[in-house]
Amino acid sequence: MYVAVKGGEQAIARSLELLAEARRGDTAVPELELAQIREQLRLGVARVMQEGSLYDEELAALAIRQAAGDMLEAIFLLRAYRTTLPRFGYTQPLDTTAMRVRRRVSGTFKDIPGGQVLGPTYDYTQRLLEFDTTTPAVVKSAETPLPSNMPRVLDLLDAEALIERIDAGSDPEPMDLTREPLMFPADRATRLQNLARGDEGFLLSMAYSTQRGYAESHPFAGEIRMGEVDVVVCPEELGFAIEIGAVTLTECQMINQFHGGNGVPPQFTRGYGLSMGEGERKAMSMALVDRALRCDELAEPSYAPAQNQEFVLSHSDSVEASGFVQHLKLPHYVDFQAELSLLRTLAAQHATDTDEQPLSAAGGQRP
Amino acid sequence: MTYNFAFLDEDTKRMLRRSLLKAVAIPGYQVPFGSREMPLPYGWGTGGIQVTAALLGPDDVLKVIDQGADDTTNAVNIRRFFARVAGVATTEHTAEATLIQTRHRIPETSLREDQILVFQVPEPEPLRTLEPREAETRTLHALADYGLMHVKLYEDIAQYGHIATSYDYPVLVDGRFLTSPSPIPKFDNPKLDRSPALMLFGAGREKRLYAIPPYTHVESLAFDDHPFEIQCWEHRCELCGSGESYLDEVVVDDQGTRMFVCSDTDFCGSRRTEAQA
Repeated sequence: MYVAVKGGEQAIARSLELLAEARRGDTAVPELELAQIREQLRLGVARVMQEGSLYDEELAALAIRQAAGDMLEAIFLLRAYRTTLPRFGYTQPLDTTAMRVRRRVSGTFKDIPGGQVLGPTYDYTQRLLEFDTTTPAVVKSAETPLPSNMPRVLDLLDAEALIERIDAGSDPEPMDLTREPLMFPADRATRLQNLARGDEGFLLSMAYSTQRGYAESHPFAGEIRMGEVDVVVCPEELGFAIEIGAVTLTECQMINQFHGGNGVPPQFTRGYGLSMGEGERKAMSMALVDRALRCDELAEPSYAPAQNQEFVLSHSDSVEASGFVQHLKLPHYVDFQAELSLLRTLAAQHATDTDEQPLSAAGGQRP
Repeated sequence: MTYNFAFLDEDTKRMLRRSLLKAVAIPGYQVPFGSREMPLPYGWGTGGIQVTAALLGPDDVLKVIDQGADDTTNAVNIRRFFARVAGVATTEHTAEATLIQTRHRIPETSLREDQILVFQVPEPEPLRTLEPREAETRTLHALADYGLMHVKLYEDIAQYGHIATSYDYPVLVDGRFLTSPSPIPKFDNPKLDRSPALMLFGAGREKRLYAIPPYTHVESLAFDDHPFEIQCWEHRCELCGSGESYLDEVVVDDQGTRMFVCSDTDFCGSRRTEAQA
């Protein structure tokens, strides 16, 4: 006798126990401390903060541990927590020109005021697995400290009026994508907000596609800079700005060739990327995609996926994408039953139709 | 840290209620809303959960079903969530519930005026598979231009002799908006028409809400010479003997023997209890 399946509740409880056990692993090995994750897995922490849209190293480390290192799950955990947080206010726009730079490179000029500064980068590591865990060499401070205020590479071109000028003051107040739905067409500030939260892998592929002929945008890495930027708020009751801390940011400004159009003279145009922590791959990808998405504004032919804002913005979010792809493992047996019944009807009809037309079936065998 | 009653903060609930009022005022119209990120995955009922959270009061009795059943894991999980963050009473009996959240089914037991049915919606836009651009589909709705859908249904008939849509079968609400009934089997579509209960639809990932107010005319699209038809079975439910409920097909042994049972577990269980009494 068939008995309808019961006990979903108990199954869930058991599954949670198994998960906790699997996450912890061998209890003879000490549990990871949050400080270890924060200090030694800082790039993972940065990604979780960036795509989780919450600058909190401690919580990001907690999420990574709870997610057993699954970055997308950690991002989801952080987002689900963030959604409950009240808004105290908004900071003033961050001034990345005043960044205390730790890394700054440009692909467009051999030397630049302030110099090329490699900083802590994997770029020239040669990627040999380091089997010995040796203590790192003590870092010697440079003889001359980096200038406190490094000019932006793009400002050098601006002086010559070769690059589009963007007046920061003319930007409208950005909407908050976590409070209001994304609507199309989306303005640039909204698009950048979406890309900032977007999945690094998705943006990387989209950016890559623009380099391979799907929306050729002739990019140059004008400047990439990483370092600390002060966060400033101006509480209404005080009436003046106060500094409440500093965040690490990576900023990328791409320079793109533009032959003119839509009333705009030939000039270099900009693509912009910004990422929390050290997130150079993300910032560069974002800048390329940002530029590709400006095709309508610049009256460029729009044919490639990376230029299609509905395509890019609707599919960039890993939490949305991961949830919807994986919802397919939920029960669908009611709809599957409906499809079964439809298919049986169609198949039966197909069989009848074939029986009724023996001539056409035999037609192919005629000598 | 403790969460607010029913998880969402009161400002968010207010935003949701305002959007729901708009949805009720324009039956079948998809209202964009500030969908929040929920602690459950997108695609797993975040829209329905937000609607439920905005409506729940301490005296409500909540029922959650998935595929018509109260004990499917996702239904259990959502019920567990609200028991945890709102502490409301829950039930498996359709008649006892004041609020029912559902995925993919409408209960067999007729609903009443004092009940609300909340649907989880994966894709609120009925035209999406025919026209992926949102800016375009919004224009089509504004113009009530539903030719695309009629052509699609016509082509089904031309190719297969039938309309080949068996679930998420498009409906016209109050003679105006083409609407997705969510992926319920078309078997359930007639229950949407002039329902005494308020029906609310939440799509969290797509950030849209819509409604079918009580006693609203809901018409499943069809043609005069190809009228709308629902699924029927040669079998009856092998547990309760019902001949008018939606049946699930269950594989019971290695030889592929099938048996057919009600998808609505409460309906089936109640009939069996009555039969024994």
